[in-house]
This record gives sequence, C-alpha cells and structure tokens, in this order.
Amino acid sequence: MNRVSGSNETGSLSGSILLACTVLRGLMFAFAAAATDDPLYRFQALIVVAAAVVGGFALNAAMAAGLLVNDQSKYMDGVVKAGVIATMFWGAVGMLVGVVIAAQLSFPELLYFPEVGWLNFGRLRPLHTSGVIFAFGGNALICTSFYVVQRTCRARLFGGVLPWFVFWGYQLFIVLAATGYLAGITQSKEYAEPEWMTDLWLTIVWVAYLFTFLGTIWKRKEPHIYVANWFYLAFIVTVALLHIVNNLALPVDLLNHRSYSLFSGVQDALTQWWYGHNAVGFFLTAGFLAMMYYFVPKRVGRPVYSYRLSIVHFWALIFIYIWAGPHHLHYTALPQWAQTLGMTFSIMLWMPSWGGMINGLMTLSGAWDKLRTDPVVRMMVVAIAFYGMSTFEGPVMSIRAVNALSHYTDWTIGHVHSGALGWVGFITFGAVYCLVPWLWKKDRLYSDKLVEWHFWIATTGLVLYICAMWVSGIMEGLMWREYTPQGFLAWSFIETVSAKHVENIIRTLGGAMFLSGTLIMIYNLWRTVRLPSVDTSDALAAPLPAAA
Amino acid sequence: MTYETIARIAQQGGLIYFGLIFLAGCAYALWPTNRDVFMHAARLPLEEEDL
Repeated sequence: MNRVSGSNETGSLSGSILLACTVLRGLMFAFAAAATDDPLYRFQALIVVAAAVVGGFALNAAMAAGLLVNDQSKYMDGVVKAGVIATMFWGAVGMLVGVVIAAQLSFPELLYFPEVGWLNFGRLRPLHTSGVIFAFGGNALICTSFYVVQRTCRARLFGGVLPWFVFWGYQLFIVLAATGYLAGITQSKEYAEPEWMTDLWLTIVWVAYLFTFLGTIWKRKEPHIYVANWFYLAFIVTVALLHIVNNLALPVDLLNHRSYSLFSGVQDALTQWWYGHNAVGFFLTAGFLAMMYYFVPKRVGRPVYSYRLSIVHFWALIFIYIWAGPHHLHYTALPQWAQTLGMTFSIMLWMPSWGGMINGLMTLSGAWDKLRTDPVVRMMVVAIAFYGMSTFEGPVMSIRAVNALSHYTDWTIGHVHSGALGWVGFITFGAVYCLVPWLWKKDRLYSDKLVEWHFWIATTGLVLYICAMWVSGIMEGLMWREYTPQGFLAWSFIETVSAKHVENIIRTLGGAMFLSGTLIMIYNLWRTVRLPSVDTSDALAAPLPAAA
Repeated sequence: MTYETIARIAQQGGLIYFGLIFLAGCAYALWPTNRDVFMHAARLPLEEEDL
C-alpha cells in the first residue's frame, strides 16, 4: 500500500513539473510570436502556444481527476494504446500523401497547382516521407518499445508522467514538421528537413524517451536484458546521436526560422548521408528488428530460433551499419577510398541482415502451419522475407558500377519502398494486429477475413509498386547514359520522364492498394476495440512478485 | 600529422578495432556458461507476463 501511495506522489510531482514547463514554454513562445518579424517563425511559434494551452489544460484536468496515478503494480498501457492509435492515424495520412504525390507524377497536367504553393510536389514529398517514416514508423517504435520493455523487464515504465510527455511531445514535433514543410520551411537535408527550433524540440523529447527507456531497464526484475531491448536501445541512442550531429547549425537569429549548417561542401554531404543511411539502419531496421524479436516468438508461441545468433548479428549490424553512408556519394567529391569503404561495409551488411532474417523465419520452426491459419503471422513472415530481399538489393545497389546505373533513378524509390512497405509496414501491421486485442483485453480480432483482405491487397499493391519502379528505374538509367554515334546524349531529360508514364500510373495504383489495405485494417481494429472485453480483472489485480 | 597518416591510422586501426569487437561479441555469444542464460532469454516473450 505504501508503495502505491508513494508512487502516486511521484506521479503528481512529475505532472506538476511538466505542467510548469508547459506553461513556461507557452509563455516564451507567445512572446517570441509577438516579437518576431518572420511570419513563418510566428506561424510555428503560435502552434507551440496552442499546444501549450491545450496540453496545459488537459494535463491539469488529468491531474485533478487523478488519472496520473502511477501504480507500480500495473503496466502502463494507456500510453501504448495512444501510440497504437497515433500509429494508424499517421500511417493513413502519410500513405495518402504518398498516393497524392504519385498521382501528381502520373498526371502532372491535372494535379499541378502553380498558384497553391503548399500543394506542390516539393512540399508534399517531405510530408510523405516524414509522415510514413517518423510519424507512422516512429509512433510504432515508441509504443511497441514501451510495451515490450515493460513485459520483458517485468517493470512499469519509469518516470511517472514522462512517457506521456514523450508521446505528446513527439506528436507536437510531427505537427511542427508537417505544417512547416507545407509552409515552405526546410533546411534541405533529406529526412532531416525540419529547421533548428523543431530539431531542438525533438532533441528534448528524444532525451526524455531515452531516460524513460533506460530507467525502465534500470528497475527491471528480470536479470537478463532481452535482445529486443538491445535493438530498441541501439535505435534510441544512435538516432539521438545522428539527429544532433547532422542538425548542428547556427540560426540566423533566435527569432528567425532559418539557420545555416555548421558543415559545408563534401563534409556536409558526408554528414548528411551518415545520418541518412543510419536513419535506415537504426530507425527503420534496428527498431523494427526489436519488434520482430518480441512479436514473432510471442505470436507463434516458439522461442527465438537462436539467441546466440541474435547477439552476434546485433553487434555486427550496429558496428557495420554506421559506416555504410558513403555509398550515397559515389562519383562525388568524396575521396574514392571513403566511397569504397561505404560500399564494402554495405556488402558486409549482407551477413548481419540475413542473420536477422534467418533468425526471424526459423523462429517458426515447428509452427509453419500458422502461416496458413493465422494471417497475422503470414503478414510478419512476409515482412521478414521483404527484409531479406531489400537488404540483399541494397548492398547490390551500393556497388559503384551498379550505382552508376541505379543512382537518381526510380530503382532507388522501388528499393526504399520494398523496405518501407514490405518490411517496416508489414512488421508494424503484424505487431499492431497483435497489440490491439492484448491491450483492449479482447480474445480475438473482429475479423480474420479482413486481415486476409488487407494482406492480399497490400501485397499485390506492393509488388505492383516495386516491379513498376524496377522497370522505370532501369529504363531511365539506360536512357540517361545512351549516346548517339555522333557522341551526343540520345535522350533529353524530359523524354526520359515521359517514358515512365505507364510505370508511374502502375505505381500510383499499387500505392492506392497499399493505402486501401491500411484503411481496412483501421476499420478492423476499430471494430475489435468495440467488441465485448474478456474478463481479466484477476490478472490485472495480481500483486507484484516481489511484494507477494 | 598529414592527411595520409590520419587516413592510414583510421583504416588499419579501424580494421583491428572491428575485428576485436566482433571476436568479443562471438565470445560472449558462444561462452559455455552463458548457455543457460540464453536458453532462458529465448523464451522470455513466452512467459507469463502480468506484473
């Protein structure tokens, strides 16, 4: 009893500190909005003020209603539920924007609006990439990591109200970044477009995330730190490092949205692609491997195939990935040996990547029948297969001679989508299909049939997408390098664009199918939440093992 | 210190560093006394999970 009331005080104390910080931040940005003569800065500052007002009142109401009780005898699942909802919401938004910009590329004469700047491809494209990577993928990683670290450490999340701050702070980051892109704010670094004030906010949120995660590991009751938590921790720590270093910049003025990077020239390019490729390696790979290492064994009821392999491929993966970035800079001012180093490390990545793939697939040993009977398992297995395929394709494309053909073409876009839709998307869908009945205490999903529909529509859309991009990518790559007997380039650039018209339409169709699958999933999850709950009151009231 | 010197230290030192890290990882994974820990750990997601 003492333990519970003691931690209640901790909960309300952290709530009060957060409330004070929120009010201070709101006031600070209200003054900044009034003082600045930069309309874009004022626009972003006013969003922060609005968030502080809404967040402040909501937090105050939650504290008054006693909703922030920090009961150490229970897992903290409210924030995980919120994360699942945010994942699916941003997933639908991000994929919808993707379909819109694919349609813009297919029908430029119909969908180009020169007088409406924020509807231009250039502004919508980062909205799509950040929307699916950071909003959809990021929320999926944060909420599954919160779920998994509690279960595998047998401890409630650390930090009182801190996990809620991480969740809402991250949503504010997404809104600031997204509205900023539409308004025309960008620092022109791919996948790191937000300007300095949004970057600083994400740094604060991310450090809070790191503290929450580390604190939970610190107070664990299970002596061994499960491998999924290693992957999550590698993801959190490395993304913090990448984000901070790549965004080192000097603002023009504290009341101006613009800044200049501390790096210039080839150093800037190398830093950017050190960041960019490790966003792939740690955000889109390590974090989602963590998801695989918890949800696949759990769903199929089998232990991890080889725990030893998971350790070896973990250390190999994180130590090799960090050097692969220079393969984005073949045939540039980057020294040749550094390009070769990036290429060599990319090829070495075959080993740890396939180590993970084999370990994930072989975890089904003795449960292969589930591939036929459980569409959620099938989704996760296809995800692992796409992981294997795209991590085979990536190193091939990093070879300098192959890159000479593939770079800047649609082949790259197809490769990215086989990883992002096939691996990241499907493993997330699998995890969320598992999580929703577990979190909302249902004994099943509303409809397995709808999962089947989702699976087949999304898989067909995905195959259409990547095949269209292989064809158009290799075609335009070959057209760009074709010479006439007189030594002139055979094709003008616009001719190579027109040549891709049919493939662009197929890609739009594939993307629309993938989006439809996601909408079916959202409907299915919504109906699942509305099913009658199974009674788990006994399990919920179970005392702490230590206290019992 | 010239650019060539730094590049050589980075390349050769890096090779040794990575080799050692990899060997250390393998040793930890294959160390016989860790066997039981890993057998237990591989089943962690499957065990009863209420607090």
